[in-house]
Amino acid sequence: MKLRDLSAYLQLEPIQVSDDARDVVGAYTGDLLSWVMTRLEADFAWVTIMNNVNVIAVAALADASCVIFSENAEISADVIEKAKAQNINLYRTVKSSFEISYMIGKVLYAE
Amino acid sequence: MGEILKLHFDVDGDDFTSAGEASAEVKKKLRLLGYSPETVRRVSIAMYEGEINMVIHAGGGVADVEISEDCIKIVLEDHGPGIENIELAMSEGYSTAADAVRSLGFGAGMGIPNMKRYTDSFNLESTVGVGTKVTLVINT
Repeated sequence: MKLRDLSAYLQLEPIQVSDDARDVVGAYTGDLLSWVMTRLEADFAWVTIMNNVNVIAVAALADASCVIFSENAEISADVIEKAKAQNINLYRTVKSSFEISYMIGKVLYAE
Repeated sequence: MGEILKLHFDVDGDDFTSAGEASAEVKKKLRLLGYSPETVRRVSIAMYEGEINMVIHAGGGVADVEISEDCIKIVLEDHGPGIENIELAMSEGYSTAADAVRSLGFGAGMGIPNMKRYTDSFNLESTVGVGTKVTLVINT
């Protein structure tokens, strides 16, 4: 599924978008960066409430399709700046991590 | 290829936010050189954890990377406080990181176990009061 279609379906708020024509092949939800790092795969959407710049480093290392900040997490200017520099797509939602993950699961893993 | 490509990085200990720049650079280089995505991933994760550890615990350090056809060798060296109990530090879930670090999503005690998991050879030498040297080798 294309990222732009997923973000439209989920009604995500675009924060920093470099390439929404990317594929999203799976998703991972989590906030512990060392944990996420080993489980987030390339072309995955990552749902988290963690909102510091290290999130961008982890997303870049994993080559994630996007980061979706849940719970309307506040996103600082330096996070956005770093994401821009590394071409990481950022979105936000007011929904909880569970709710948005459930919605992603419904659309992404539907047959 | 035959020859060895050597890279050197200074990991800034004052800036927690810039941690990951060295591993991102190595990742980029390995991709350009055509290493498999799996190799690139293993190197990136292991090295990033090493970088983060140097920033969290040791006030920074240096990273030397040797890229050859058969393997990628990463040596991370710092002059931090050293590790008192290496065996304990190697076990999953054990961490001495400060609360401030934990609130950033680190300090879960996964760093060293992750480094071990993603490398073919892992060696840790540490002397309290002198520093720590971690050598990671990933076979291609």
